[in-house]
Amino acid sequence: MRDVAIIGVGLQKWGELWEKSFRNLFVEAALNALGETKVDKIDHMYIGCMSGGLFVGQEHIGSIMADYLGQRYLGATRVESACASGGAALRAGFIDVASGMSDIVLVGGVEKMTDVSGDGATYALATAADQEYEVYNGATFPGLYALMARAYMEKFGATRDQLSAVPVKNHDNGLLNPNAQYQMKISVNEVNNSVMVADPLRILDCSPITDGAAALILCPLEMAKKLSDKPAIKILGSAMATDTIALHDRRDFTSLDAVKVSSMAALKMAGKNVHDINVTEVHDCFSIAEIIVSESLGFFACGKGAEAAANGETRIDGKFPINPSGGLKSKGHPVGATGVAQAIEITYQLRGEAGKRQVKNAKVGMTQNMGGSGGSSVVHVMEVA
Amino acid sequence: MNPARYHREMAQRYRMEAGKCKKCGHVYFPPRLICRECQGREFETIVLSERGKLLSFTVIHTPASQFKDISPYALGILETKEGAKLTAQIVDMPADQIKTGMELQIEFRRVQTDGHEGVLAYGYKLVPVM
Repeated sequence: MRDVAIIGVGLQKWGELWEKSFRNLFVEAALNALGETKVDKIDHMYIGCMSGGLFVGQEHIGSIMADYLGQRYLGATRVESACASGGAALRAGFIDVASGMSDIVLVGGVEKMTDVSGDGATYALATAADQEYEVYNGATFPGLYALMARAYMEKFGATRDQLSAVPVKNHDNGLLNPNAQYQMKISVNEVNNSVMVADPLRILDCSPITDGAAALILCPLEMAKKLSDKPAIKILGSAMATDTIALHDRRDFTSLDAVKVSSMAALKMAGKNVHDINVTEVHDCFSIAEIIVSESLGFFACGKGAEAAANGETRIDGKFPINPSGGLKSKGHPVGATGVAQAIEITYQLRGEAGKRQVKNAKVGMTQNMGGSGGSSVVHVMEVA
Repeated sequence: MNPARYHREMAQRYRMEAGKCKKCGHVYFPPRLICRECQGREFETIVLSERGKLLSFTVIHTPASQFKDISPYALGILETKEGAKLTAQIVDMPADQIKTGMELQIEFRRVQTDGHEGVLAYGYKLVPVM
């Protein structure tokens, strides 16, 4: 297996981008990524997208995105694992380059979510759950995470204020990220009193609806110096794990086994343990998700993640910095793009290009991207080559 | 709702039929073709008991469009004594009386209506034990 490096990354400012189309969102991010490199030929593209079909009525995403990127006759496929589509696309690209099948791979992620109404978006997102046995009976995504939140709060005595510490911290970080959708400070009190979505989760516990794309370029590490002047970021470990599709079938509602298994496998492949990780981007689709993920990754013991967040341990200057980008909550969550954007934030952090949100001495970073209520999880570990 | 799609799940929604693995005894609701625990492929059809324990619950204030007229509504995860777990609405009681760990009864109810001419979709909901 060959060593694989990230040699170029690109995004745009995310948000409700009414003037930008599905295809052009992707092309803009891809051109930004290519612009960091001297690549003149792409061998294959992998594009994470959860639901082009339901959000904009467009499938055959590999082909349309390659076409509008000015490419023909290359391999291009869409990769889907609900909200973990971007992470799964990165893993597909990594495997392609590592195996020797392709040299230059473009990994993209894109979602255009604001062409449908709020109801339309709720419906599209709910397709990541069990249609017949969760959604049929009235489950929504905030509802599923609310079931986890109540179980967690009752089992461990976590408080409303502790939950709120997560979005407050992520908005503080997002203020330092010029590409974040919501660059505004929020307080614990504002989160605690925001509109109820699914008890106990309120609107400021929830990541938003976002238009956006992200792209990065992979190549064999040995070719990295020739193809880019940027410091090469070597992917040390890549793993994915599934779990039951329905939340009710899980062993435990207060931990995420897919996260545990995927992170243990990625760390083992990388030859690292969780305490070697200097900076992490995790899937904070809801406040409770970041708390449980931070435990399932091994940063904190079961039941201690909420307290740790409230004590500032996951802030940029904390012991285990989590989501310096602002996370899904502040940066935005264009579902298929999220996993790719997580790897881009870690790339900025490891290059030392993260500006005001730079984690000091970041040498090894990790991303965790989740599908559905934890039915899939993709983890990558990377370091400066 | 497509009638064939609706019809396929009727044994579960109308009669609470589950599959019990003949090899390891694990109970699946809905039934499956292969056991997650032991990979066994032979199952006995059983009917879930009518009561179970509430493991967690929420009250949903921003539902999907087909549930707007009943919003806000409570939704919970129930475990039956056979070990099957299911997600269903909790009805016929005020939300502030719902408690994790309480016993609830499974009842046959209308779950969704599909416009004026579509399928009336039935299934199970959770109600207080009488």
